[in-house]
Amino acid sequence: MSEACGADRPGDATIRVRGLKFRSGGQDLLEIADLKIDTPAPTMILGPNGAGKSLLLRLMHGLIPPSEGSVRVGSGGTAQAMVFQAPILLRRSVASNIMYALKVQHVARKRREGRLNELLELGGLARRARQPARTLSGGEQQRLAMVRALANEPKVLFLDEPTSSLDPHGSQQLEALIAKVAAGGTKVVMVTHDLGLASRLGEEIVFLHHGQVREQTPEAEFFERPRSQEARSFLSRHLVLP
Amino acid sequence: MHDFAQAFAQGLDLILSGDSDLWKVVLLSLKVSLTAVLISALIGMPLGALLAVKRFAGRSWLIVLVNALMGLPPVVVGLLVYMLLSRSGPLGVLQLLYTPAAMIIAQTILVLPIIAALTRQLVEDLEGEYSEQLRSFGVVGLRAVPTLLWEGRFGLSTILAAGFGRAIAEVGAVIIVGGNINHVTRVMTTTIALETSRGNLAMALALGGILILIAIGVNAVVTALGLTQRRVTNV
Repeated sequence: MSEACGADRPGDATIRVRGLKFRSGGQDLLEIADLKIDTPAPTMILGPNGAGKSLLLRLMHGLIPPSEGSVRVGSGGTAQAMVFQAPILLRRSVASNIMYALKVQHVARKRREGRLNELLELGGLARRARQPARTLSGGEQQRLAMVRALANEPKVLFLDEPTSSLDPHGSQQLEALIAKVAAGGTKVVMVTHDLGLASRLGEEIVFLHHGQVREQTPEAEFFERPRSQEARSFLSRHLVLP
Repeated sequence: MHDFAQAFAQGLDLILSGDSDLWKVVLLSLKVSLTAVLISALIGMPLGALLAVKRFAGRSWLIVLVNALMGLPPVVVGLLVYMLLSRSGPLGVLQLLYTPAAMIIAQTILVLPIIAALTRQLVEDLEGEYSEQLRSFGVVGLRAVPTLLWEGRFGLSTILAAGFGRAIAEVGAVIIVGGNINHVTRVMTTTIALETSRGNLAMALALGGILILIAIGVNAVVTALGLTQRRVTNV
Protein backbone atom coordinates (compact mmCIF):
# COMPACT_ATOMS: atom_id res chain seq x y z
CA MET A 1 0.00 0.00 0.00
CA SER A 2 2.76 2.45 0.86
CA GLU A 3 5.56 3.51 -1.44
CA ALA A 4 8.66 1.35 -1.30
CA CYS A 5 11.83 3.39 -1.38
CA GLY A 6 14.52 1.65 0.59
CA ALA A 7 16.16 -1.56 1.59
CA ASP A 8 15.00 -2.61 5.04
CA ARG A 9 14.78 -6.25 6.02
CA PRO A 10 11.72 -8.11 4.72
CA GLY A 11 9.02 -8.18 7.39
CA ASP A 12 10.63 -5.28 9.19
CA ALA A 13 8.01 -3.01 10.77
CA THR A 14 9.96 0.24 10.58
CA ILE A 15 7.89 3.16 9.35
CA ARG A 16 9.74 5.88 7.51
CA VAL A 17 8.18 9.19 6.51
CA ARG A 18 10.21 11.56 4.35
CA GLY A 19 9.34 15.02 3.05
CA LEU A 20 5.65 14.29 3.55
CA LYS A 21 3.15 16.96 2.65
CA PHE A 22 -0.58 16.73 2.35
CA ARG A 23 -2.48 19.64 0.89
CA SER A 24 -6.20 20.16 0.62
CA GLY A 25 -8.15 23.27 -0.35
CA GLY A 26 -4.89 25.19 -0.85
CA GLN A 27 -3.74 24.50 2.71
CA ASP A 28 -0.91 22.33 3.97
CA LEU A 29 -2.67 20.07 6.44
CA LEU A 30 0.39 17.96 7.18
CA GLU A 31 4.09 18.64 6.75
CA ILE A 32 6.60 16.16 8.11
CA ALA A 33 10.20 16.43 6.98
CA ASP A 34 11.43 13.20 8.54
CA LEU A 35 9.88 10.68 10.91
CA LYS A 36 11.14 7.22 11.71
CA ILE A 37 9.12 4.87 13.90
CA ASP A 38 11.19 1.81 14.67
CA THR A 39 10.51 0.81 18.25
CA PRO A 40 8.90 -2.64 18.45
CA ALA A 41 6.56 -1.52 21.27
CA PRO A 42 3.43 0.58 20.59
CA THR A 43 3.76 4.14 19.36
CA MET A 44 1.04 6.61 20.32
CA ILE A 45 0.23 9.58 18.16
CA LEU A 46 -1.11 12.43 20.26
CA GLY A 47 -2.18 15.97 19.61
CA PRO A 48 -5.14 18.31 19.76
CA ASN A 49 -8.11 18.06 17.40
CA GLY A 50 -7.18 19.02 13.86
CA ALA A 51 -3.48 18.33 14.40
CA GLY A 52 -3.49 15.80 11.56
CA LYS A 53 -3.22 12.56 13.58
CA SER A 54 -5.85 10.54 11.71
CA LEU A 55 -4.63 11.99 8.42
CA LEU A 56 -1.08 10.84 9.19
CA LEU A 57 -2.37 7.36 10.03
CA ARG A 58 -4.27 7.14 6.71
CA LEU A 59 -1.22 8.34 4.80
CA MET A 60 0.98 5.77 6.55
CA HIS A 61 -1.50 2.99 5.80
CA GLY A 62 -1.70 4.12 2.17
CA LEU A 63 -5.41 4.92 2.16
CA ILE A 64 -4.71 8.34 0.70
CA PRO A 65 -1.73 9.42 -1.40
CA PRO A 66 0.52 12.23 -0.15
CA SER A 67 0.79 15.48 -2.08
CA GLU A 68 4.55 15.21 -1.74
CA GLY A 69 7.07 12.90 -0.15
CA SER A 70 6.92 9.27 0.75
CA VAL A 71 5.82 6.85 3.40
CA ARG A 72 7.32 3.42 3.67
CA VAL A 73 6.17 0.68 5.98
CA GLY A 74 8.82 -1.99 6.45
CA SER A 75 10.16 -3.33 3.21
CA GLY A 76 7.23 -2.03 1.18
CA GLY A 77 5.31 -5.30 1.03
CA THR A 78 5.02 -5.59 4.79
CA ALA A 79 1.56 -6.77 5.87
CA GLN A 80 -0.35 -4.00 7.59
CA ALA A 81 -3.91 -3.34 8.69
CA MET A 82 -6.03 -0.59 10.18
CA VAL A 83 -8.90 -0.33 12.63
CA PHE A 84 -11.09 2.74 12.37
CA GLN A 85 -12.68 4.92 15.02
CA ALA A 86 -16.16 3.58 14.19
CA PRO A 87 -16.00 -0.11 13.32
CA ILE A 88 -17.05 -0.72 9.71
CA LEU A 89 -18.66 -4.14 9.84
CA LEU A 90 -20.23 -6.03 6.98
CA ARG A 91 -23.93 -6.89 7.16
CA ARG A 92 -23.30 -10.52 7.99
CA SER A 93 -22.38 -12.67 10.96
CA VAL A 94 -19.35 -12.25 13.21
CA ALA A 95 -17.67 -15.33 11.73
CA SER A 96 -18.50 -14.24 8.15
CA ASN A 97 -16.89 -10.85 8.78
CA ILE A 98 -13.63 -12.54 9.74
CA MET A 99 -13.93 -15.15 6.99
CA TYR A 100 -14.39 -12.34 4.45
CA ALA A 101 -11.11 -10.74 5.55
CA LEU A 102 -9.34 -14.12 5.37
CA LYS A 103 -10.61 -14.70 1.82
CA VAL A 104 -9.91 -11.29 0.32
CA GLN A 105 -6.45 -11.27 1.86
CA HIS A 106 -5.70 -14.61 0.24
CA VAL A 107 -5.20 -16.68 3.37
CA ALA A 108 -4.90 -20.28 2.16
CA ARG A 109 -8.26 -22.07 2.14
CA LYS A 110 -7.09 -24.90 4.42
CA ARG A 111 -5.83 -22.40 7.02
CA ARG A 112 -8.99 -20.28 7.13
CA GLU A 113 -11.09 -22.36 9.51
CA GLY A 114 -8.29 -22.65 12.06
CA ARG A 115 -7.41 -18.98 11.81
CA LEU A 116 -11.08 -18.02 12.18
CA ASN A 117 -11.31 -19.95 15.45
CA GLU A 118 -8.06 -18.41 16.72
CA LEU A 119 -9.31 -14.91 16.00
CA LEU A 120 -12.73 -15.53 17.53
CA GLU A 121 -11.02 -16.79 20.68
CA LEU A 122 -8.60 -13.87 20.74
CA GLY A 123 -11.46 -11.37 20.52
CA GLY A 124 -13.56 -13.22 23.09
CA LEU A 125 -16.22 -13.65 20.43
CA ALA A 126 -16.37 -17.44 20.03
CA ARG A 127 -19.88 -17.62 21.50
CA ARG A 128 -21.04 -14.81 19.24
CA ALA A 129 -19.72 -16.37 16.00
CA ARG A 130 -23.13 -16.81 14.36
CA GLN A 131 -24.61 -13.55 15.60
CA PRO A 132 -25.11 -10.72 13.07
CA ALA A 133 -22.11 -8.45 13.54
CA ARG A 134 -24.14 -5.26 13.76
CA THR A 135 -26.14 -6.54 16.72
CA LEU A 136 -23.04 -6.77 18.92
CA SER A 137 -22.39 -4.19 21.63
CA GLY A 138 -20.07 -1.29 20.76
CA GLY A 139 -17.15 -2.90 22.57
CA GLU A 140 -17.70 -6.25 20.89
CA GLN A 141 -17.98 -4.60 17.49
CA GLN A 142 -14.64 -2.87 17.98
CA ARG A 143 -13.04 -6.14 19.18
CA LEU A 144 -14.40 -7.83 16.07
CA ALA A 145 -12.96 -5.06 13.86
CA MET A 146 -9.67 -5.53 15.70
CA VAL A 147 -9.37 -9.31 15.28
CA ARG A 148 -10.65 -9.09 11.70
CA ALA A 149 -7.78 -6.69 10.99
CA LEU A 150 -5.41 -9.40 12.20
CA ALA A 151 -6.59 -11.81 9.51
CA ASN A 152 -3.48 -11.33 7.38
CA GLU A 153 -1.17 -11.42 10.42
CA PRO A 154 -0.03 -7.81 9.98
CA LYS A 155 3.41 -6.69 11.07
CA VAL A 156 2.01 -3.21 11.59
CA LEU A 157 -1.44 -2.37 12.96
CA PHE A 158 -2.75 1.18 12.74
CA LEU A 159 -5.49 2.07 15.22
CA ASP A 160 -7.47 5.29 14.86
CA GLU A 161 -9.00 6.20 18.22
CA PRO A 162 -10.44 2.71 18.66
CA THR A 163 -11.71 3.35 22.20
CA SER A 164 -13.24 6.78 21.65
CA SER A 165 -16.86 5.60 21.55
CA LEU A 166 -16.60 2.86 24.17
CA ASP A 167 -17.66 2.81 27.80
CA PRO A 168 -14.94 2.21 30.43
CA HIS A 169 -15.52 -1.56 30.47
CA GLY A 170 -15.45 -1.86 26.68
CA SER A 171 -12.40 0.35 26.57
CA GLN A 172 -10.64 -1.78 29.16
CA GLN A 173 -11.33 -4.99 27.25
CA LEU A 174 -10.07 -3.48 24.01
CA GLU A 175 -6.97 -2.16 25.74
CA ALA A 176 -6.21 -5.67 26.99
CA LEU A 177 -6.62 -6.99 23.47
CA ILE A 178 -4.33 -4.31 22.02
CA ALA A 179 -1.71 -5.12 24.66
CA LYS A 180 -1.97 -8.82 23.77
CA VAL A 181 -1.57 -8.10 20.06
CA ALA A 182 1.42 -5.84 20.71
CA ALA A 183 3.00 -8.46 22.98
CA GLY A 184 2.57 -10.95 20.14
CA GLY A 185 5.00 -8.97 18.00
CA THR A 186 2.70 -6.72 15.97
CA LYS A 187 3.85 -3.13 15.82
CA VAL A 188 0.94 -0.97 17.01
CA VAL A 189 0.66 2.67 15.93
CA MET A 190 -2.32 4.28 17.59
CA VAL A 191 -4.02 7.65 17.55
CA THR A 192 -5.82 8.38 20.79
CA HIS A 193 -7.15 11.20 22.92
CA ASP A 194 -7.04 8.97 25.99
CA LEU A 195 -3.76 9.98 27.61
CA GLY A 196 -4.08 7.32 30.29
CA LEU A 197 -4.31 4.66 27.61
CA ALA A 198 -1.38 6.24 25.76
CA SER A 199 0.67 6.21 28.94
CA ARG A 200 -0.20 2.61 29.81
CA LEU A 201 0.24 1.10 26.34
CA GLY A 202 2.71 3.36 24.59
CA GLU A 203 6.45 3.20 24.71
CA GLU A 204 6.93 6.09 22.34
CA ILE A 205 4.89 9.23 21.79
CA VAL A 206 4.69 11.20 18.58
CA PHE A 207 3.13 14.57 19.33
CA LEU A 208 1.57 16.48 16.44
CA HIS A 209 0.52 20.11 16.38
CA HIS A 210 -0.82 21.98 13.36
CA GLY A 211 0.22 19.17 11.06
CA GLN A 212 3.82 19.03 12.26
CA VAL A 213 5.69 16.64 14.55
CA ARG A 214 6.67 18.64 17.62
CA GLU A 215 8.00 15.75 19.68
CA GLN A 216 8.97 12.15 19.29
CA THR A 217 10.02 10.93 22.69
CA PRO A 218 9.79 7.93 25.02
CA GLU A 219 6.46 7.82 26.84
CA ALA A 220 7.79 8.55 30.35
CA GLU A 221 9.76 11.52 29.15
CA PHE A 222 6.80 12.95 27.26
CA PHE A 223 4.48 12.88 30.23
CA GLU A 224 7.10 13.99 32.80
CA ARG A 225 9.16 16.49 30.86
CA PRO A 226 7.51 17.50 27.59
CA ARG A 227 9.99 19.49 25.54
CA SER A 228 7.73 21.67 23.43
CA GLN A 229 5.52 24.47 24.68
CA GLU A 230 2.62 22.99 22.67
CA ALA A 231 2.94 19.61 24.38
CA ARG A 232 3.15 21.22 27.83
CA SER A 233 0.06 23.25 27.06
CA PHE A 234 -1.72 20.16 25.68
CA LEU A 235 -0.90 18.07 28.76
CA SER A 236 -1.86 20.82 31.17
CA ARG A 237 -5.43 20.61 29.89
CA HIS A 238 -5.74 16.86 30.42
CA LEU A 239 -5.90 14.60 33.41
CA VAL A 240 -3.67 11.59 32.82
CA LEU A 241 -4.92 8.49 34.60
CA PRO A 242 -2.17 5.97 35.38
CA MET B 1 -74.69 0.96 -10.72
CA HIS B 2 -76.31 -2.42 -11.16
CA ASP B 3 -74.21 -3.11 -14.28
CA PHE B 4 -71.13 -2.15 -12.39
CA ALA B 5 -71.86 -4.60 -9.55
CA GLN B 6 -72.72 -7.30 -12.07
CA ALA B 7 -69.40 -6.77 -13.86
CA PHE B 8 -67.57 -7.13 -10.54
CA ALA B 9 -69.44 -10.34 -9.74
CA GLN B 10 -68.69 -11.79 -13.19
CA GLY B 11 -65.04 -10.76 -12.90
CA LEU B 12 -64.76 -12.51 -9.55
CA ASP B 13 -66.41 -15.57 -11.03
CA LEU B 14 -63.85 -15.63 -13.88
CA ILE B 15 -61.00 -15.61 -11.36
CA LEU B 16 -62.48 -18.23 -9.06
CA SER B 17 -63.66 -20.55 -11.84
CA GLY B 18 -60.12 -20.77 -13.22
CA ASP B 19 -61.08 -19.40 -16.65
CA SER B 20 -58.34 -20.71 -18.94
CA ASP B 21 -58.24 -17.65 -21.23
CA LEU B 22 -57.81 -15.38 -18.25
CA TRP B 23 -55.05 -17.43 -16.61
CA LYS B 24 -53.17 -17.85 -19.91
CA VAL B 25 -53.04 -14.07 -20.16
CA VAL B 26 -51.84 -13.79 -16.54
CA LEU B 27 -49.14 -16.43 -17.03
CA LEU B 28 -47.87 -14.83 -20.24
CA SER B 29 -47.72 -11.45 -18.50
CA LEU B 30 -45.68 -12.91 -15.66
CA LYS B 31 -43.39 -14.78 -18.05
CA VAL B 32 -42.68 -11.69 -20.18
CA SER B 33 -42.21 -9.28 -17.27
CA LEU B 34 -40.16 -11.61 -15.06
CA THR B 35 -37.86 -12.46 -17.98
CA ALA B 36 -37.42 -8.76 -18.77
CA VAL B 37 -36.62 -8.00 -15.13
CA LEU B 38 -34.16 -10.91 -14.94
CA ILE B 39 -32.29 -9.76 -18.06
CA SER B 40 -32.36 -6.15 -16.85
CA ALA B 41 -30.97 -7.21 -13.46
CA LEU B 42 -28.16 -9.25 -15.02
CA ILE B 43 -27.09 -6.24 -17.09
CA GLY B 44 -28.27 -3.33 -14.96
CA MET B 45 -26.85 -4.29 -11.57
CA PRO B 46 -23.23 -4.72 -12.72
CA LEU B 47 -23.61 -1.63 -14.91
CA GLY B 48 -24.95 0.44 -12.01
CA ALA B 49 -22.21 -0.84 -9.70
CA LEU B 50 -19.58 -0.06 -12.33
CA LEU B 51 -20.88 3.50 -12.61
CA ALA B 52 -20.72 3.77 -8.82
CA VAL B 53 -17.15 2.59 -8.25
CA LYS B 54 -15.26 3.35 -11.44
CA ARG B 55 -14.05 6.84 -12.32
CA PHE B 56 -13.66 7.52 -16.04
CA ALA B 57 -14.10 10.33 -18.55
CA GLY B 58 -17.76 10.94 -19.34
CA ARG B 59 -18.99 9.12 -16.21
CA SER B 60 -21.13 12.04 -15.07
CA TRP B 61 -22.78 12.30 -18.49
CA LEU B 62 -23.45 8.57 -18.50
CA ILE B 63 -25.08 8.82 -15.06
CA VAL B 64 -27.27 11.70 -16.27
CA LEU B 65 -28.23 9.65 -19.34
CA VAL B 66 -29.09 6.50 -17.36
CA ASN B 67 -31.11 8.57 -14.88
CA ALA B 68 -32.95 10.30 -17.72
CA LEU B 69 -33.75 6.98 -19.39
CA MET B 70 -35.74 5.97 -16.30
CA GLY B 71 -38.49 8.18 -17.68
CA LEU B 72 -38.54 6.67 -21.17
CA PRO B 73 -42.07 6.83 -22.60
CA PRO B 74 -43.20 3.22 -23.27
CA VAL B 75 -44.83 4.10 -26.59
CA VAL B 76 -41.58 5.60 -27.85
CA VAL B 77 -39.71 2.45 -26.82
CA GLY B 78 -42.41 0.39 -28.50
CA LEU B 79 -42.02 2.41 -31.68
CA LEU B 80 -38.21 2.08 -31.71
CA VAL B 81 -38.31 -1.66 -31.06
CA TYR B 82 -41.00 -1.99 -33.74
CA MET B 83 -38.75 -0.22 -36.24
CA LEU B 84 -35.80 -2.42 -35.27
CA LEU B 85 -37.76 -5.67 -35.56
CA SER B 86 -40.05 -4.89 -38.48
CA ARG B 87 -39.34 -6.75 -41.70
CA SER B 88 -37.46 -3.79 -43.20
CA GLY B 89 -35.64 -3.00 -39.93
CA PRO B 90 -32.05 -3.95 -39.07
CA LEU B 91 -33.18 -6.92 -36.95
CA GLY B 92 -36.14 -7.89 -39.15
CA VAL B 93 -34.40 -11.08 -40.19
CA LEU B 94 -34.90 -12.45 -36.68
CA GLN B 95 -38.70 -12.39 -37.21
CA LEU B 96 -39.39 -11.44 -33.62
CA LEU B 97 -42.09 -8.83 -34.17
CA TYR B 98 -45.45 -9.81 -32.64
CA THR B 99 -43.85 -12.46 -30.44
CA PRO B 100 -43.36 -12.54 -26.66
CA ALA B 101 -39.61 -12.12 -27.34
CA ALA B 102 -40.28 -8.67 -28.84
CA MET B 103 -42.28 -7.76 -25.75
CA ILE B 104 -39.43 -8.92 -23.50
CA ILE B 105 -36.98 -6.77 -25.48
CA ALA B 106 -39.22 -3.71 -25.16
CA GLN B 107 -39.77 -4.20 -21.42
CA THR B 108 -36.06 -4.84 -20.87
CA ILE B 109 -35.29 -1.47 -22.48
CA LEU B 110 -37.78 0.16 -20.12
CA VAL B 111 -36.65 -1.61 -16.94
CA LEU B 112 -32.87 -1.66 -17.48
CA PRO B 113 -32.31 2.08 -16.80
CA ILE B 114 -34.40 1.88 -13.62
CA ILE B 115 -32.34 -0.99 -12.23
CA ALA B 116 -29.01 0.49 -13.38
CA ALA B 117 -29.72 3.99 -12.03
CA LEU B 118 -31.06 2.87 -8.65
CA THR B 119 -28.27 0.30 -8.25
CA ARG B 120 -25.71 3.03 -8.98
CA GLN B 121 -27.16 5.19 -6.23
CA LEU B 122 -27.34 2.32 -3.73
CA VAL B 123 -23.81 1.08 -4.42
CA GLU B 124 -22.39 4.60 -4.33
CA ASP B 125 -23.88 5.13 -0.87
CA LEU B 126 -22.49 1.79 0.30
CA GLU B 127 -19.10 2.59 -1.18
CA GLY B 128 -19.04 5.79 0.88
CA GLU B 129 -19.60 3.68 3.97
CA TYR B 130 -17.19 0.85 3.18
CA SER B 131 -14.48 2.29 0.93
CA GLU B 132 -11.79 2.86 3.57
CA GLN B 133 -12.29 -0.57 5.11
CA LEU B 134 -12.28 -2.32 1.75
CA ARG B 135 -9.16 -0.43 0.61
CA SER B 136 -7.51 -1.42 3.88
CA PHE B 137 -8.22 -5.04 2.90
CA GLY B 138 -6.80 -4.34 -0.56
CA VAL B 139 -10.25 -4.65 -2.16
CA VAL B 140 -10.32 -1.77 -4.63
CA GLY B 141 -12.05 -0.81 -7.88
CA LEU B 142 -14.06 -3.52 -9.63
CA ARG B 143 -12.98 -6.07 -7.01
CA ALA B 144 -15.23 -4.26 -4.54
CA VAL B 145 -18.36 -4.65 -6.72
CA PRO B 146 -19.45 -8.16 -5.60
CA THR B 147 -19.02 -7.17 -1.94
CA LEU B 148 -20.98 -3.96 -2.34
CA LEU B 149 -23.78 -5.70 -4.27
CA TRP B 150 -24.02 -8.37 -1.57
CA GLU B 151 -24.06 -5.75 1.19
CA GLY B 152 -26.89 -4.01 -0.65
CA ARG B 153 -28.83 -7.19 -1.37
CA PHE B 154 -32.02 -6.13 0.38
CA GLY B 155 -31.98 -2.66 -1.16
CA LEU B 156 -31.53 -4.39 -4.51
CA SER B 157 -34.65 -6.47 -3.93
CA THR B 158 -36.65 -3.24 -3.62
CA ILE B 159 -35.08 -2.05 -6.87
CA LEU B 160 -36.09 -5.30 -8.57
CA ALA B 161 -39.64 -4.81 -7.29
CA ALA B 162 -39.67 -1.30 -8.78
CA GLY B 163 -38.48 -2.72 -12.10
CA PHE B 164 -41.10 -5.45 -12.02
CA GLY B 165 -43.79 -2.88 -11.25
CA ARG B 166 -42.77 -0.87 -14.29
CA ALA B 167 -42.78 -3.98 -16.52
CA ILE B 168 -46.01 -5.65 -15.42
CA ALA B 169 -48.02 -2.41 -15.54
CA GLU B 170 -46.71 -1.29 -18.93
CA VAL B 171 -49.05 -1.27 -21.93
CA GLY B 172 -47.78 1.14 -24.59
CA ALA B 173 -44.68 -0.73 -25.71
CA VAL B 174 -46.04 -4.29 -25.57
CA ILE B 175 -49.15 -3.45 -27.56
CA ILE B 176 -47.01 -1.98 -30.38
CA VAL B 177 -44.41 -4.77 -30.59
CA GLY B 178 -46.66 -7.63 -29.46
CA GLY B 179 -49.76 -6.71 -31.46
CA ASN B 180 -52.11 -8.00 -28.73
CA ILE B 181 -52.66 -11.30 -30.60
CA ASN B 182 -55.03 -13.66 -28.80
CA HIS B 183 -53.24 -16.65 -27.20
CA VAL B 184 -49.88 -15.38 -28.49
CA THR B 185 -49.00 -11.92 -27.21
CA ARG B 186 -52.01 -10.82 -25.21
CA VAL B 187 -51.00 -9.78 -21.69
CA MET B 188 -52.99 -8.38 -18.79
CA THR B 189 -52.62 -4.68 -19.57
CA THR B 190 -53.33 -5.01 -23.29
CA THR B 191 -56.30 -7.31 -22.58
CA ILE B 192 -57.73 -4.82 -20.09
CA ALA B 193 -57.49 -2.08 -22.73
CA LEU B 194 -59.08 -4.29 -25.40
CA GLU B 195 -61.89 -5.74 -23.28
CA THR B 196 -62.77 -2.30 -21.89
CA SER B 197 -63.11 -0.95 -25.43
CA ARG B 198 -65.31 -3.93 -26.27
CA GLY B 199 -67.49 -3.35 -23.22
CA ASN B 200 -66.46 -6.65 -21.60
CA LEU B 201 -65.92 -5.12 -18.18
CA ALA B 202 -65.99 -8.44 -16.32
CA MET B 203 -62.81 -9.70 -17.98
CA ALA B 204 -61.16 -6.27 -17.67
CA LEU B 205 -62.04 -6.04 -13.98
CA ALA B 206 -60.89 -9.60 -13.27
CA LEU B 207 -57.50 -8.89 -14.85
CA GLY B 208 -57.28 -5.50 -13.15
CA GLY B 209 -57.89 -7.17 -9.80
CA ILE B 210 -55.21 -9.79 -10.44
CA LEU B 211 -52.76 -7.09 -11.57
CA ILE B 212 -53.32 -5.17 -8.35
CA LEU B 213 -52.96 -8.34 -6.28
CA ILE B 214 -49.68 -9.17 -8.01
CA ALA B 215 -48.38 -5.64 -7.34
CA ILE B 216 -49.38 -5.89 -3.67
CA GLY B 217 -47.94 -9.41 -3.40
CA VAL B 218 -44.56 -8.42 -4.83
CA ASN B 219 -44.31 -5.42 -2.54
CA ALA B 220 -45.39 -7.48 0.46
CA VAL B 221 -42.58 -9.95 -0.21
CA VAL B 222 -40.02 -7.15 -0.59
CA THR B 223 -41.22 -5.43 2.58
CA ALA B 224 -41.07 -8.72 4.48
CA LEU B 225 -37.52 -9.27 3.25
CA GLY B 226 -36.55 -5.77 4.35
CA LEU B 227 -38.07 -6.26 7.79
CA THR B 228 -36.30 -9.60 8.17
CA GLN B 229 -33.04 -7.93 7.17
CA ARG B 230 -33.49 -5.23 9.80
CA ARG B 231 -34.34 -7.77 12.46
CA VAL B 232 -31.50 -10.14 11.60
CA THR B 233 -28.67 -7.76 10.83
CA ASN B 234 -29.73 -4.62 12.67
CA VAL B 235 -29.23 -2.26 9.72
